[in-house]
Amino acid sequence: MENLIQTKQLYKQFGDVMVLNGISETIAKGEKVVVVGPSGSGKSTFLRCLNLLEMPTSGEIWFEGNLLTGASEHQVDKLRTKMGMVFQQFNLFPHMTVRKNITLAPTKLGLMTDQEADAKAEELLTRISLLDKIDAYPSQLSGGQKQRVAIVRALAMSPDVMLFDEPTSALDPEMVGEVLDFMHTLADEGMTMVVVTHEMGFAKEVATRCMFMDEGRILEQSPPADFFGNPRNARLQDFLSKVLY
Amino acid sequence: MFNDLPGQIYKTLFVDNRWMLFVDGLLTTLMIAGIAIVLGVVIGSLVAIAKVNALRNKKLKWLSVICEIYTTVIRGTPVVVQLLIMYYVIFAAAPPELAPYVAAFAFGINSGAYVSEIVRAGIMSIDKGQMEAGRSLGLSNSMTMKSIILPQAIKNILPALGNEFIILFKETSIVGYVAVTDLTRAAELIRSRTFQPFVPLIFIALIYLGIVMLISWGLKKLEKKLAQSDAR
Repeated sequence: MENLIQTKQLYKQFGDVMVLNGISETIAKGEKVVVVGPSGSGKSTFLRCLNLLEMPTSGEIWFEGNLLTGASEHQVDKLRTKMGMVFQQFNLFPHMTVRKNITLAPTKLGLMTDQEADAKAEELLTRISLLDKIDAYPSQLSGGQKQRVAIVRALAMSPDVMLFDEPTSALDPEMVGEVLDFMHTLADEGMTMVVVTHEMGFAKEVATRCMFMDEGRILEQSPPADFFGNPRNARLQDFLSKVLY
Repeated sequence: MFNDLPGQIYKTLFVDNRWMLFVDGLLTTLMIAGIAIVLGVVIGSLVAIAKVNALRNKKLKWLSVICEIYTTVIRGTPVVVQLLIMYYVIFAAAPPELAPYVAAFAFGINSGAYVSEIVRAGIMSIDKGQMEAGRSLGLSNSMTMKSIILPQAIKNILPALGNEFIILFKETSIVGYVAVTDLTRAAELIRSRTFQPFVPLIFIALIYLGIVMLISWGLKKLEKKLAQSDAR
């Protein structure tokens, strides 16, 4: 399979703390990688390094054959358009309508005309049954609606990979389902995804590969059946026994 | 003081067409304040953006040092002194008819220092997730600043900014120091001719008050308009 993202000997240090401890990993096109681990294990930092929201202290990140670390700021901006990101706190732009949230980047970057971007926004919102909210402001949406709009905003750029940073952790429990369902659909359509999450059910159903991180290292990775059914690493066994009940 | 008030008013405003002096003075005051406000906002925003970027990028340290010196010097010296230096030292060669513009420039430079701190506070008040969201979509740092951070920051700082505009507008009443005939200077000229201080001074006080009320009203309107996206 074609390599989409590759990291080589990735280290990230915050002050005295080594958050990433030499991660060399390859993510292929079409994979759905779910990263789990205790809080502070470095999983979010790893994800945020992939599109350079976090600059690694050392190591290399390759995306579609381009070396991200060491690319010019302009090149990085350009490569980021192909990597969608979804945040725990949604990070919708509160001063803009849903329509503007979705169309801002494609039009500002000259990838689409206003009409094309509008049509794309309408098409995407129809998919998530929120077309009636197109002229609403984020403050008028529920948490689940906000996160689905945030996902759609990233999709409007037609990315080659979607990065999810704990996308359901800030949601009320009754809204987790609608977001996970939408992510599930995306996965079924073949989108390459890297998902940091605590939703073990989602990992079991959707992941092609599960990764367990602790103390900045990937301690174990395998297809979900092995990962949950037959964990070998003691810390993973301990972690699973705490989160699966 | 209140003897023959109608007579005093007549003498102050209508003898020798003195009301024209007030009108000219008011126009000068508005011109100086207008230019200074625009200049202050432009300088202040640039300085604030420079300072914020220098925080994130160590290569821009020199820029933040320059900005720091600017705010320290401007905020640390009286505006009258700055005005006099601008007029008698820096623009000593400028012809007298340009004096109002020199004054406007001095006030703009002065206001920029205060505005920069207000804008900086505004930028810092925006969650860093907003910058990350913009950057993750491929927008550049300056695009994200312009389309996402600054519009939200300005909404947050509008009351503080309005305060600054009001202070600046009233501060222009000292331009008489450099021989510019603004509203205050006009009143002084008339007082020195009629020897009746009450009417001209109260008259201009009311004009200043009226315009400040107008500015406040406009800002409130703008605030309401910008609050459109808030939860209802």
